[in-house]
Amino acid sequence: MTALRHLLRDPVAALGLLIVVFALFVAIFAPWIAPRPEDAFESNIMLRLQPPSAEFPFGTDDLGRDIFSRVILGTRSALVVAVSVVLAAIVIGVPIGLAAGWRDGWLSEVLMRVTDVFLAVPQLILALALGQLLAPGLTTAMVALALTYWPFFARTVFAETRRLRGALFVDALAGIGAHPMRILLLHVLPNAAPAVLVRATIGMGFTILTAALLGFLGVGAAPPTPDWGLAVAEARQHLPDAWWYATFPGLAIMLLVLGFNLLGDGLRDAADPRLRRSRK
Amino acid sequence: MALYILRRIALSIPALLGLILLTFVLSRVVPGDPAATLAGDSATPAQIAQIRAQYGLDRPILEQAVIHVRQVLSGDLGNSIFSGRPVAEEIWQRLPATLELTFVALFLATLLGIGLGLVAALDHNGPLDHLVRLVSVGGLAIASFWLAIMLQLQFSMEWNLLPLRGRLDVALGQVPRLTGFMLVDTLAIGRFDLFLDALRHLALPAFTLALPGLATIARFTRSGVLEVLQKDYVLYARAAGYGRFRLAAIYVLRNAVTVTVTQVGLLFGALVSGAVAVEAVFDWPGLGTYAVQAILSADYKALLAVTLVIGVVYAVVNVAVDVAQAIIDPRVADQ
Amino acid sequence: MDAALVIEDLAVQLRGRGEVADILDGITLTVPRGSVTGVVGESGCGKSTLLRAILGILPGRATTPRGRILFEGRDILPARAAKPHGRIGFVPQDPYLSLNPVFRAGDQILEIMRRHAPGTRAEHRAKLVELFRAVQLPDPEAALRKYPHQFSGGQRQRLLIAAALCCDPALIVADEPTTALDVTTQREVLGLLRELVRARGLSMLFVTHDFGVLASLCDEVSVLYAGRVAESGPTRAVLDTPTHPYTRMLLACHPDRAVELLGIPGAVPPATAQPAGCRFHPRCPVAQPDCRQDVPPLLPWSGGRAVACPHAARMEAHALA
Repeated sequence: MTALRHLLRDPVAALGLLIVVFALFVAIFAPWIAPRPEDAFESNIMLRLQPPSAEFPFGTDDLGRDIFSRVILGTRSALVVAVSVVLAAIVIGVPIGLAAGWRDGWLSEVLMRVTDVFLAVPQLILALALGQLLAPGLTTAMVALALTYWPFFARTVFAETRRLRGALFVDALAGIGAHPMRILLLHVLPNAAPAVLVRATIGMGFTILTAALLGFLGVGAAPPTPDWGLAVAEARQHLPDAWWYATFPGLAIMLLVLGFNLLGDGLRDAADPRLRRSRK
Repeated sequence: MALYILRRIALSIPALLGLILLTFVLSRVVPGDPAATLAGDSATPAQIAQIRAQYGLDRPILEQAVIHVRQVLSGDLGNSIFSGRPVAEEIWQRLPATLELTFVALFLATLLGIGLGLVAALDHNGPLDHLVRLVSVGGLAIASFWLAIMLQLQFSMEWNLLPLRGRLDVALGQVPRLTGFMLVDTLAIGRFDLFLDALRHLALPAFTLALPGLATIARFTRSGVLEVLQKDYVLYARAAGYGRFRLAAIYVLRNAVTVTVTQVGLLFGALVSGAVAVEAVFDWPGLGTYAVQAILSADYKALLAVTLVIGVVYAVVNVAVDVAQAIIDPRVADQ
Repeated sequence: MDAALVIEDLAVQLRGRGEVADILDGITLTVPRGSVTGVVGESGCGKSTLLRAILGILPGRATTPRGRILFEGRDILPARAAKPHGRIGFVPQDPYLSLNPVFRAGDQILEIMRRHAPGTRAEHRAKLVELFRAVQLPDPEAALRKYPHQFSGGQRQRLLIAAALCCDPALIVADEPTTALDVTTQREVLGLLRELVRARGLSMLFVTHDFGVLASLCDEVSVLYAGRVAESGPTRAVLDTPTHPYTRMLLACHPDRAVELLGIPGAVPPATAQPAGCRFHPRCPVAQPDCRQDVPPLLPWSGGRAVACPHAARMEAHALA
């Protein structure tokens, strides 16, 4: 709770939280907020490529769909992708980090070497390779992103576990005969949680950017799904005339990623007392 | 120092071997029979069997893995399923374009990032500081493909200032491939006009690619300088009468950038991802467009080879970063 | 009197979070030419701020200081006054933290000479090697090319002493230059300083909290308490017959050890809440009612001393403790 209060006292982090909460709200209630929810799938060729106006605040696309509505509807898919990818990466990475950090031995060695190999290739390239090999599409893109992002969590948790393993209270628990699993789950994990949370928040922004790029490259979401990256790709052939078509989906990406990054920064400062002290 | 460099290179070998194995595993999880894929749609079972024997796909899996590693180490990355040509050759053709773009971007990011970070730190909590913080947070939130398009829209389409795509205006002349680096080759044949044209072509892609890195570097430099300014040796240097400029720009900065340099290594991953997007938007004939083309044509050989090559470049960059750090901070190599 | 440095009525305040801290108040002291003046006091008594004022590196949150610091015939205290770089050599407290780890130690000293000493780089190098020899660094030629972490702590302090001497200063200020070192090395460095003072006729202001060091090195001493001078005078006189209650109690606690007020009840007041009157009165066993209101002036005393306690005379009779 004190951490939350700290967070809110930092105007930058508070702004980040505000953006994220706002985006969550928009995503949950997208079909009711969007003026033309039916434009997710329907087209209106008569209204194609209209510039922004009172009726269409962000203009219309090449199929005459309301870009404002599609940006709102796209929020949901962007967040769903980001949340599922990061959750999946946590589910894979955290146990690996715990297992590798708790005991030395061949298992720990193997796990961390595998982690190193995954970290030795830029995520996007690995995701592209994996995604392509499995079968192109949004689901595979998500699986691929999760499969390439878990090493970050494994590293984070590994470092925390290593640090806590030598802590006095862990020795004390082992001394009174607590089961190692119990110590790991009830005592080590909660201590590693802030670091994981910071990682996850920053990972959200990163995943949104990467998923948008996959959509843009044509290996993520498929038409007619309202997807920001895809929309920018579709807009390219109508430049420079329909500037609004490419502009607004990109701005939406920027705003949401900005929110997560600001929040992540604030969380990191709040979680790290050393940084907190040096802020002012 | 030489010993340190050797040790550092030796340390990166296991990860690279692991990477080769990973590409092998990936090539075996391809849905369907790789031999059937290689043989094409109209192949008879006999042809498929022949291909299977030819590529050693009928041997035990471990033996295949050993063969794969040996092939990769000898520079044989297989043939492209799409073009039928050796993948290594195609990558060799395109690697310089990506490296040129990436290096120029890295140079821009480092130069501007360190400068902005220093300015921000010296104006701690002042207006310049806030401006730089805004740039460094915003720079990391912009999707590079979108930024690239927005810059194209403004600078190429609207104002007609900079070229829209490509590495060189073909109407101006041909450049023989000496190194593959346009900036080097144009100068080598003494065509300064072509050199300038190449620079003009580089401007937008390199800036787009540099922005996230610039943001990260500015941020780390800023906090690094702020931290170093608190050190006793800075106070001592002030007491001893060092010049203000020298103190800030050389004395403090060199300490501060030891952290920044580590970030440059980590940034390379982001740069490569960015390169895929930027190359796609600016039709840059590099590895990024090659990778995208490989995906769209289901050319898994090419894709895995790109993964491998980028992994190797990544490892080289990280060794270079560690060496640079040892040069900047003599304590690193002595540990 | 021919003085290397004269400080007159120096007062420094630091601002911070709406509070104002009274760090120094009415400091008056003199460093006679060719002698060593010690400044002794507990941590928090204002020693470091005094040094920073002399060196012209008061922190940004210092308010405009009051008083004068006269050096070579001019006041160097005002922010706009030209700083006496090169003319005042500085030996810092911690040799481990005071050299930049990523530059060669020799280059860091040469940079000071480049800016503040006449001559070419070659001349500077030759002179520095000479100085390295004078401070007894092993292999002076090779030392020029080494980085700080390649020296031991004692060697680093020798480097810094050489740095303080590199521009032929008229005054050396030293900030507890031996506290960060182990006991044997302390003794060696002190011996070196004593020898340099004698051989070169240096004028030095030496800050310490160690009476042993004080006795072995300093001709004169000023005892600071809570930002004011409690007592000053020839070292022997002050140590043999301490007069101010604070000095007496200090020496009674630890006749020849580090200054720590273990035996005196209470604590040094925080600089943001100094008591009115004599700042020592809350802890003073012989405090009188007027001590709570009147700031005691620094009055001349026997043996060339000055003492800031009007009741010291009476105490002579009633022996303490």
